[in-house]
Amino acid sequence: MSIAYIRPELPISASKDNYLTHARGVLSWLLTLDHKRIAIMYMVGILSSFLLGGVFALLLRTELITPGPTFMSDPVANRNFYNQMFTLHGAVMTFLFIIPGIPAIIGNFVLPLMLGAKDVAFPRLNLASLYLWLFGAVFFVIVLFTGGLDTGWTFYTPYSTETVTRVIPATFGAFILGFSSILTGVNFVASIHMLRPPGMSWFRMPLLLWALYGTAIIQILATPVLAITLLLLIAERALGVGIFDPKLGGDPVLYQHFFWFYSHPAVYIMILPAMGVISEVISVFSRKHIFGYSFIAGSSIAIAMLSFLVWGHHMFVSGQSNLASAIFSLLTFSVSIPSAIKVFNWLATMYKGSIWLQTPMLYALGFILLFGIGGLTGLFLGALATDVHFHDTYFIVAHFHYVMMGSTLFAFLAGIHYWWPKMFGRMYDEFWSKAAAVIVFFGFNFTFMPQFVAGSQGMPRRYAEYMPQYTIYNQISTVGSYILAVGLVLVAVVWVHSLLRGRKAPANPWGGNTLEWYTASPPPHDNFERTPIAGDPYRLDHWEYDAKSRQFVLREDVGEAVDLSAGSPGRTLG
Amino acid sequence: MLAQFDNSFWMPTQASSYAGRVDWVFYFILTIAAFFFVLITVLMVVFVVRYRRREGQEPQRSAHHNMRLELTWTIIPLILVVFIFVVGFRGYMDIVTPPANAYEILVIGQKWSWAFQYPNGYVDANLHVPVDRPIQLILTSRDVIHSLYVPAFRLKKDVVPGRYNRAWFQATQVNDTEGFDLFCAEYCGTSHSTMVAKVFVHEPTDFARWLEEASQWEGRMTPVQRGSQLVTQRGCTQCHSLDGSINIGPSFKDVWDRTVQGKTTFRDGSTLASLLKPDYTPEQYIAESIYRPDARHVAGFSPAMPSYLGQISENDVTALIAYFKSLDPKYKAEAEAATVAQPAAETQPAVSPAGGAADTQPAGPEPAGPES
Repeated sequence: MSIAYIRPELPISASKDNYLTHARGVLSWLLTLDHKRIAIMYMVGILSSFLLGGVFALLLRTELITPGPTFMSDPVANRNFYNQMFTLHGAVMTFLFIIPGIPAIIGNFVLPLMLGAKDVAFPRLNLASLYLWLFGAVFFVIVLFTGGLDTGWTFYTPYSTETVTRVIPATFGAFILGFSSILTGVNFVASIHMLRPPGMSWFRMPLLLWALYGTAIIQILATPVLAITLLLLIAERALGVGIFDPKLGGDPVLYQHFFWFYSHPAVYIMILPAMGVISEVISVFSRKHIFGYSFIAGSSIAIAMLSFLVWGHHMFVSGQSNLASAIFSLLTFSVSIPSAIKVFNWLATMYKGSIWLQTPMLYALGFILLFGIGGLTGLFLGALATDVHFHDTYFIVAHFHYVMMGSTLFAFLAGIHYWWPKMFGRMYDEFWSKAAAVIVFFGFNFTFMPQFVAGSQGMPRRYAEYMPQYTIYNQISTVGSYILAVGLVLVAVVWVHSLLRGRKAPANPWGGNTLEWYTASPPPHDNFERTPIAGDPYRLDHWEYDAKSRQFVLREDVGEAVDLSAGSPGRTLG
Repeated sequence: MLAQFDNSFWMPTQASSYAGRVDWVFYFILTIAAFFFVLITVLMVVFVVRYRRREGQEPQRSAHHNMRLELTWTIIPLILVVFIFVVGFRGYMDIVTPPANAYEILVIGQKWSWAFQYPNGYVDANLHVPVDRPIQLILTSRDVIHSLYVPAFRLKKDVVPGRYNRAWFQATQVNDTEGFDLFCAEYCGTSHSTMVAKVFVHEPTDFARWLEEASQWEGRMTPVQRGSQLVTQRGCTQCHSLDGSINIGPSFKDVWDRTVQGKTTFRDGSTLASLLKPDYTPEQYIAESIYRPDARHVAGFSPAMPSYLGQISENDVTALIAYFKSLDPKYKAEAEAATVAQPAAETQPAVSPAGGAADTQPAGPEPAGPES
């Protein structure tokens, strides 16, 4: 122990140089090892994928505006088109947007800054995972232009071994994307173990780092199972090796076990980092120390662990044994506890705060409501009796969109708006970004709320044509999806406007106390002039708002006792 | 709209013995979920209004953690979810435990139609059941995974190739005209969304009469009438049009003429003309296409046809051929002259599994296929 009384200081770089202007030319981007530039390149790729997946979503919602075929008079061609749309929407959104979204963009940009480090532990590996992501994405583009894919994003056998569409390139693409995910996970685990600065013990880490750590554990342990499964699928399809096909002596339900052994934990790859982002935003915009730090941190790790034990709840009606179903149902409910803890802790953080309704906070509040609905509707699906009725209906579709899109997308947008000034050195227009947030929130609920009722009334998912009694729900939902699209376009307009015309961002526009706010916006190439010392990440009272310069400035009269021997061995002041 | 049935806002009409219990679990969870959602929303709104940022107002000092409070909101949800689990599990055991005296029906899913086989061997594309009698379904698939779903019964079970899953229900509402919707709930390819059938629930005496009439069409219907019934009832028209338009499979409109003339071309480039011999007749080709669709693939179509071996009797094949002929003016007279063997009074139809013990011999014995 070497306790020191530290007065925090702002080591703002004297030079005008930042990571965006540090080097010029295309190659300085393509060959960069700078985590910040890699994050920006991920952002371009992942947002392009989101746009593509969104276009597929609008097309399939438009098809569903009437019960019969809407686009084409030939019903078979119309069905094939619809089947391709929902498959590509699901595959692109899952593998190219939600899974990498927060870790690869926000994680890559913010994690080393929060650690007060110059970069992640393995910068070359980081660049390699970017290229693996791009390589995997190329396979999806190939699929798109050479016959498409109509298996659903889940690639269930034996349909996926029979269909004439491009299953092998698509699964190979997902296989490669899996490695990108694994390498990012390895990098984050190594960085958090090795690069914590003096003063940052495990329980002085920002909660986003706990969430990314939990996510990385899942990425490393679960993704290889997906890789093996997809290889087995390719072997069966290309070589006729009988693993899943009953005609060859296999069992198709085995595929579902393998697939969900990855893909259920993958749901937590999507939501855990989102929860991390929300923990940061709620605390900063309530101007209060986070409530129940250790419960939130512990619940991230608990979710990561429990996520491996619940995959069988996707197979309650598959014919798996009743005993297995009962055990999986019970274990599934266990995951709801750490999620509930987080929600209550966030609310308690707001209690007696000074709640500042800036754009990131609007998205964070939206997150709590949408995650509340998504989580609570999960209770119906974890319970065996009701799951039998809701399985594979629009109830499920609505539920997982509330969790994956409502929650993860809202956290993603909260995070991007929160760190945007740090990433690009520009502020955005608060009025229009708030307006966009409100439109996105209402559009989202318009789209997915009616789907709960369509599903509980019995409308199965993945239906190109449907019975007329479900028309009204689908029409409301389709109109909602257009409102949602308008909101998201407005978000993009605000971002572009900010890049071109935005006011220059100060080092700390929101008064956050994690280390990224102790450097310039945008940060210099090396992030920090000298290694910062980490105190309590949620001591927001170190900062006070200066209305004249519209930024938070460090108070002169504050200081805190810090154990300089905490932090990673080897990280010393320098 | 199912106007005559009392659908609630959330749930369709309760038409099976366990639907009420499933809905009870639903409303129980809904109450808990609504309580917590309102709690979260009210707390959030109150905090946002009460503690919103104002000029000169600093956040008030309050604790960073409170072990007793945090344990409270860990333990109360824990107790509640264990309770929900128990309620859900008990409801589930009702759904999966059939009574001993259940009437068995074999369900075969295939792209993209349903086949319901009764103990006497009769196969129908819709599910007909007697009211107030437990029905056990034995489900299997000929190709990919399907899932049998009847929302009004709260019944769903996957139909998996290579497995014989079981499900049961007891219908409680007579519905013998409109029928309850029966969906395929597991995505199974192109026409997944039209793999839809109906469940007709009859009074027990009506059911017995229906089954008897439906299983012995010989003598009551002409082969052409029977063929016309079969192509819709067995889902043939899902893929084969009657008006000459191209669908997933070749049209039925001129299929007989094409076959007789040997004009059909196969994927390997050969034509049917080169195959037709005195011992490989057009009739035999049609039978082969129904029983062993993988034997030859017609050029221009992807091989999607499932085998109907064991599901369509030889008399039915004869009826189908008569029906194909009737679609073409050239062969109409020939079609009307067609006859089939009359069943003897007390014997079962040719495809009947002995005694109808569907669980021990679910697929039924194979009828004599076309000789090759």
